Amino acid sequence: MDLNIAGIRLDVTEDGYLTDVSQWNKEIAIELAKAEGIELTDRHWEVLAWLQEQVKNEVALSIRGIKKSGIIDIKGFYALFPAGPLKVSTKIAGVPKPKSCI
Amino acid sequence: MHLKTKTFKNKIMGKTKVKKMLFILSKATIENAYAAFVMANGARMEGIESEIFFTFFGLEAIQKKKLEHLHVATVGNPAMHMPTMLGGLPGVEAFATKMMKKEMEKLDMPPVGEFLEILSDSGCKLWGCKLAVDMFHLKREDLIDQLDDIITIGDFYSRADQEGTHLLFI
Repeated sequence: MDLNIAGIRLDVTEDGYLTDVSQWNKEIAIELAKAEGIELTDRHWEVLAWLQEQVKNEVALSIRGIKKSGIIDIKGFYALFPAGPLKVSTKIAGVPKPKSCI
Repeated sequence: MHLKTKTFKNKIMGKTKVKKMLFILSKATIENAYAAFVMANGARMEGIESEIFFTFFGLEAIQKKKLEHLHVATVGNPAMHMPTMLGGLPGVEAFATKMMKKEMEKLDMPPVGEFLEILSDSGCKLWGCKLAVDMFHLKREDLIDQLDDIITIGDFYSRADQEGTHLLFI
């Protein structure tokens, strides 16, 4: 599937996740966040960077991992991405949708 | 996009009509408690509201002194694939529980106490059943700090206050 954002043609999965992380940049993140009804703040950027770091290091993402992250607590995470924290944040961060059930 | 893939997409990824999940946990076996926790947490992760009402033996899962000592049922549980008489021997239940906890840890499943903290932080409401609390002579301080309140089943029904609310008895 294709998606046109910030003048760039992006390859995305059926549910809108970037298939190629290298296509990600800040303008794209801003647009992806808008589509989710979120205006990105400094706090959002910090979390997005942390998520990308985890994926780069091949750490499986889970809500328990957020609790241990040291960067944000679960309450804060839900406040930033209320409509499904991991699902929405990973989409904006340009990383694959997490497969964990927890 | 092809029409075919579009239909498929609508089938598996259409916007959910479930808005709120209310769980009643009435048992204290570890497999039942985790079923409620995983589903309640899974709901929150999808942006769906969730609440758990702990009643009868389900109250063991929110008693400070008991919550880390829940057991898997080895007797009367055909899925354990062991003879019922063997399941009843001393130590068998404890051993099976230890094995299960080990497997869950491998999957990064939090222990009961931590799971309850995660649920509470995620905005999942946790309720104790007044009738069962009275019946077991429990006090508020016997129960976890994260408990939102001790309420009646009537109060709990009134939490089903919007379209797309579902109740599940475990």
